[in-house]
Amino acid sequence: MTTVDDRPASPPAEAPRRRVNPVLALLRNSWRQLTSMRTALILLFLLAVAAIPGSVLPQRGVNPEKVNQYFVDHPDLAPRLDQLGMFEVFGSVWFSAIYLLLFTSLVGCILPRTRDHVRALRMKPPAAPKRLDRLPQHAVLEAPAAADAEAIAAVLRRRRWRVVVRGNEVSAEKGYLKETGNLLFHVSLVAVLLGVAVGSWYGWHGNRILVSGDENAFCNTRQQYAEATLGPRVDSADLPPFCLTLDRFDAKYLPSGQAARYWATVTVDQPGGAKRSAGFSVNSPLRLGSANVYLLGNGYAPILKYTDRYGRSQTSTAPFLRTGDPNATEEGMAAFPDANVDPKTGKRAADQQVAFDGLYLPTAPDDPPFVSSHFPEERNPAVVLVAYRGNLGLDAGIPGSVYKLDQRQIDNGKLKQIGNKKLGLGEKWTLDDGSTLEFVGTRPYITIAVRYAPGQTLMLGACVTLLAGLMGSLFARRRRVWFRISPPEGGSPTSGSSLVEAGGLPRTEHPGFADEFAQLVAAVSDDGRDDRRAREGDE
Amino acid sequence: MSALSDQLVTYAILAYLVAMISHAVEYALGNARAVQVKAGAPVRELVGAGVGDAGGIVEEPATVPAETRPSRSAARAVVAGRIAAWVTALAVALHLGAVVTRGVAAERMPWGNMYEFVLTVTFIGAAAWLAVLWKQPSLRRLGLFLTLVMVLLLAFAELKLYVQVTPLMPALQSYWFIIHVSTIIFASGIFLLGVVPAASYLMRAGWEQGKRSFPYTLARRLPAAAGLERLTFALHAFAFPIFTFAVIAGAIWAEAAWGRAWGWDPKETWAFISWVVYAGYLHARATPSIKRNVATWISILGFLTMLMNLFGVNFFFTGLHSYAGVN
Ligand code: HEM
Repeated sequence: MTTVDDRPASPPAEAPRRRVNPVLALLRNSWRQLTSMRTALILLFLLAVAAIPGSVLPQRGVNPEKVNQYFVDHPDLAPRLDQLGMFEVFGSVWFSAIYLLLFTSLVGCILPRTRDHVRALRMKPPAAPKRLDRLPQHAVLEAPAAADAEAIAAVLRRRRWRVVVRGNEVSAEKGYLKETGNLLFHVSLVAVLLGVAVGSWYGWHGNRILVSGDENAFCNTRQQYAEATLGPRVDSADLPPFCLTLDRFDAKYLPSGQAARYWATVTVDQPGGAKRSAGFSVNSPLRLGSANVYLLGNGYAPILKYTDRYGRSQTSTAPFLRTGDPNATEEGMAAFPDANVDPKTGKRAADQQVAFDGLYLPTAPDDPPFVSSHFPEERNPAVVLVAYRGNLGLDAGIPGSVYKLDQRQIDNGKLKQIGNKKLGLGEKWTLDDGSTLEFVGTRPYITIAVRYAPGQTLMLGACVTLLAGLMGSLFARRRRVWFRISPPEGGSPTSGSSLVEAGGLPRTEHPGFADEFAQLVAAVSDDGRDDRRAREGDE
Repeated sequence: MSALSDQLVTYAILAYLVAMISHAVEYALGNARAVQVKAGAPVRELVGAGVGDAGGIVEEPATVPAETRPSRSAARAVVAGRIAAWVTALAVALHLGAVVTRGVAAERMPWGNMYEFVLTVTFIGAAAWLAVLWKQPSLRRLGLFLTLVMVLLLAFAELKLYVQVTPLMPALQSYWFIIHVSTIIFASGIFLLGVVPAASYLMRAGWEQGKRSFPYTLARRLPAAAGLERLTFALHAFAFPIFTFAVIAGAIWAEAAWGRAWGWDPKETWAFISWVVYAGYLHARATPSIKRNVATWISILGFLTMLMNLFGVNFFFTGLHSYAGVN
């Protein structure tokens, strides 16, 4: 077919030689190179190879913690890989360069082919070659029922061939769908890429944890996300306003501990509407129109009530995070930076802050060791905590994790361990200074991703046309047939029967062509009688 | 039910093994005659006749000089080949039984983990082989390679991947599970089958060019190269749109389940790589200036990327697709 690199070389320079601007010539040659099939193939392979490190090395966009871990494990190698963009392969300069070149090549390929194809569509099937018996398919019909050109053309048209009659010759062609499909397929590829581009420019997404309860409601602003990414054309102010409150979270587990069903029930508060209740789950996100909310994970936040030595209480509902244990062991911490403020002076004692870190077990075993949960559902909840007192290091201005204590404060002795204990539900722990910690209960939380991805409709549409085009391209076949009617020897056209010669040429590989040709010849012999029979047979 | 499924898998492996041995016997007996043929007629002529045929695949016997009458061992080879084909059909039936009983035991489609996945993919490959054989009986000798692949993959699944029946985790409970996974399995099965004529073509083409060293000698009794190449293309052209659809369906599902259509998770990355490589195969084959054996190598590369996705990614990487049930 019209593969660029197989075109005949430009005709020898017999025409008067014109001075060619060397820059233009270079540009023209490069363009030809770029849009050749060979280059396209090489770029395709480069693309495949370039994607490999993206699956071998951890990627920031997929799993940032793993990237950090990689830096810890390979302190020498990691920075160098990072410079090469190896942790963001799919956004890296070289990956983008490959696919942009490929798509330039693609466009450079599509445009001339579209022009040629439109021309071909307008052209009439070509005249018959002189010798039909040289074609791959050939037949001589004696006394066919459809003996004149118009009758033969009618048979062919009924079978949806493009037909032209030239005197006593009939030319017909079929299978333009192949090239149409092919072009549609390649244009769809460009459309998919456009969809990706629109999505990354105008889309945004963020992740956070949502603990149940009104006081933990979340409203869609950038600050409320643990992490958020806005496309280059999106401003924080563009985020659509809505608020979510987690009312319930239901999880069902099988006896084996495998999760069977998750369901989150939330209250949605969107401008221009009353508050409403909505539910969503894994595989069925909450679609708000302006954004979608996806359920990514879940867990429990223990409610820990600390009563300091002055008798004042504070409560923490900080979520504990899953450790990856299938039985839902979680780890985390509860910090009380405002503990032990002397009520007389109202002064905050920086070395009297209190924090607890450790594990939460939804189903604690009856006997020690209390290191992991025995079931993912809450059946015997317990916390196993270490208590610390001292300076939490929160005032230093270095943003710390809300899930982990600042290890530096422990290392430099400013934060001291003062005991550890396992607490069942409702149990109270009295510390050395008379203050107490009570494990009051738990609250479920969910991890959600909120995402707005424009361009997805375009991509979906493009995928549909892509598939349709692909099928046409792969399964349609171009072929031509010709019929030539010779008047009966010596006599006038009315006396005796005429002789019809037929030839067929498959223009693309087509194993079934011989059969098709034979059927066609049979139909002409019978003047489409078998067509009619077939149609009656259908009914 | 689950125990029945396990038994059926074992019987299916045994049946494939018997079919393989039977094919090997066919092959060995055929070789005995090939020696006779070689003595009678120069090999070049045989080659010419095999390649020149336009319509289909010609078995060498068609070109056997009239004076070499089919010997007893040749007749036995045909019997062995027929037995092999029927035993393969029996194996496929047992295989189907294993897949179905596994699904009944789990009360869901039997594609919840890697063991079940391999079990079903191999079934599709073998069943599609029977369909090909039905249409083109002259390809029967390829059965030796097909049954070999079946025995290896099934035994590997049985020994290394086996897991007890469990229900689906919430992430898999979606009708997209059926749409995405069934099409991936179907396409993979056809790609798997496609490797057999692809590899056979490469060996046979070498043989027809007069190469007489080790892997090429295996192809002495195979059908003509041109036909193998066409079958390779037909299988890949058939599987590619299905695979494309499966990947798109996966993206649609991922949008609902994980909040993004495409996130370069290792499985997604390797599906992308496979897709690009197979697209490369189709391009290479459509380009006249690229040799057919180069194109065919690309198809084999494509299958290696599929294997990488199935085994490599499940064993070496963790991603959102960690449903394999292997740890
Ligand atoms: C993103 C990169 C590309 C992908 C994934 C892709 C994919 C495909 C696929 C799957 C087919 C169907 C195969 C067939 O009909 O036999 C095809 C056909 C074709 N592609 Fe591409 N393509 C890409 C880029 C290009 C480029 C850059 C060119 C131009 C140099 C090109 C030219 C063609 C041609 C001429 C065919 C028709 C082959 C035939 O004669 O059947 N493609 N492409």
